[in-house]
Amino acid sequence: MTTLLAQLLNGVQYGLLLFLISSGLTLIFGVMGVINLAHGSLFMIGAYLAYIVAGFTGSFWLAPPAAIVGGLLFGALLETGLFRRFRDREHLDQVLLTFALILIFEEARSILIDNQFHSVAVPALLDFSVPITGSFAYSAYRLAVLGVCLLVAALMVLFVEHTKIGSAIRAAAENPEMVGLLGLDARRIHILVFSAGTALAMLAGALAAPLQSVYPNMGDGFLILSFIVVVIGGLGSIAGAFWSALLVGLIDTLGKAYVPQLAGIAVCAMMALVLLVRPAGLFSKA
Amino acid sequence: MITATRRGNGLLALAGLGVASMPLWASAYHMQLASTALIASMFALSLQLLVGGAGLVSLAHAGFFGLGAYSVYLLTQGLGGPPSVLLSLPVAALAAGGAALAIGPLALRTKGFFFLMATLAFGQMLFFLFHDTPLGGSLDGVFIQRPGLIWAVTKAQRPMVFLLLNLGVLGAMYAGLWLLMRTLFGHALLGIRANEHRMRAMGHDVQRLKLAAFALAGALAGMAGHMAALTDAFVSPDLLGWHRSAEALLMIVLGGIGALHGPILGAFALTLIEELGPLITERQRLIEGAVILAAVLLLRNGLAGPRR
Repeated sequence: MTTLLAQLLNGVQYGLLLFLISSGLTLIFGVMGVINLAHGSLFMIGAYLAYIVAGFTGSFWLAPPAAIVGGLLFGALLETGLFRRFRDREHLDQVLLTFALILIFEEARSILIDNQFHSVAVPALLDFSVPITGSFAYSAYRLAVLGVCLLVAALMVLFVEHTKIGSAIRAAAENPEMVGLLGLDARRIHILVFSAGTALAMLAGALAAPLQSVYPNMGDGFLILSFIVVVIGGLGSIAGAFWSALLVGLIDTLGKAYVPQLAGIAVCAMMALVLLVRPAGLFSKA
Repeated sequence: MITATRRGNGLLALAGLGVASMPLWASAYHMQLASTALIASMFALSLQLLVGGAGLVSLAHAGFFGLGAYSVYLLTQGLGGPPSVLLSLPVAALAAGGAALAIGPLALRTKGFFFLMATLAFGQMLFFLFHDTPLGGSLDGVFIQRPGLIWAVTKAQRPMVFLLLNLGVLGAMYAGLWLLMRTLFGHALLGIRANEHRMRAMGHDVQRLKLAAFALAGALAGMAGHMAALTDAFVSPDLLGWHRSAEALLMIVLGGIGALHGPILGAFALTLIEELGPLITERQRLIEGAVILAAVLLLRNGLAGPRR
């Protein structure tokens, strides 16, 4: 019973991390029409950034803010330097260009750091267990990650649903041509969305660093899961990404805990099921 | 659209003669390298039916390639000994084609980017099937007994025999696709690539045409995978990873998306680059990344010439 409870909490927390990654992916695709296979690499970069920051400062606390600030800057750089130019290209070209980015990011990681597995220590302040029921206690750091992810999700919904820029982003996701017609500066919206998406993926990487090892190609698994989240959740929908990320996180975690051989297949099978009954996504309005 | 030009056919015939004469002048190592390039050519050519033919960019293709390769292993396990190649080749094609026929209707419910994401996930599902479950034997791969050829082959003859066999299969595949693209089916596929709405308005069953292309391309990829298993006597889950699908897309773009012989040029070029790359730098990924950037940004028509 207590292990099930722990696995359920792990699943929710994993799902929330997935949400941070896939909400950026779905917004970038919805607003800019660009598919970014290198989005998983941004997660990897965030985790390595946390490893470096924690190594330099001796504490983990600066890593998440560094990932957010670094992600915003790196995202703006990528958008203006590269992705702006990819927008008019065919799907095939975008796939190959962003695949090239994965190779280049991984090689840069190998040159700048190394090819080893590293661990990042859980911050001392949160290195204890919180008693939840009589016999069951849960890691305080994991609870903190859960809280931070929920906070970010709430801020995002507030921002997208209740601010002027947010409504412009929603307009752009529904109908990219509308932005120009409304007299909004599409380029600024693109930079904003891409930077935010990059920062979210890197934040997820930084938060995940103490939970798992930091290792080469660690973004690959997250890339595939976040693609599945986007397919299940439906295009450009934050709420859809949120619920489907939770669903995928739970299935993957419970699968890995109880039927490890079938966990990967189960998540894909669920996507197949969604495609069968609601090809536009489980949470789409259509 | 993909067309077989007279120039392309002539070029391939010349190159084919060159490869066929390799036993007379080349070392065993170089014949094995040529076999690798021939198998990569089959794989990329089968994907070209989807990409250049119907305009479908799939990332599931390596899954079908790997399924064809693993069918040799599974057949050997099931029969308690290596099968004849006359059995294993059709079985590989049927297994991969059957999987594509099962996945196709689901993946084809999506379009564009969503098709990409869905095929990526389905390809990974096949990868997980051999990586995570006991079906694949070991996650590091397994050595297999080669299917029996029609006559006995000594170890010294192997590089030559496999080279000629791979050349024959690739030649048959190319000729088959060339003929196929001249049929009504081939023209209908090109029509879908050019304007899907119009094809639908004209009364074509677009979904069925796409599914037929998807299944056929899967079966051909399975044959390519079978030839890889036969040549290398080794299969591993890596064969099914989506990076391989992306590499096949690279071969198509590098060779030229507008020509049927483009993928073959691309496969040979990429094999050569990866063979010679280590002379410049040990960092293989940088070389591949640079090749992609060059192919997509500079060489927009591919090695084979005009794109449209």
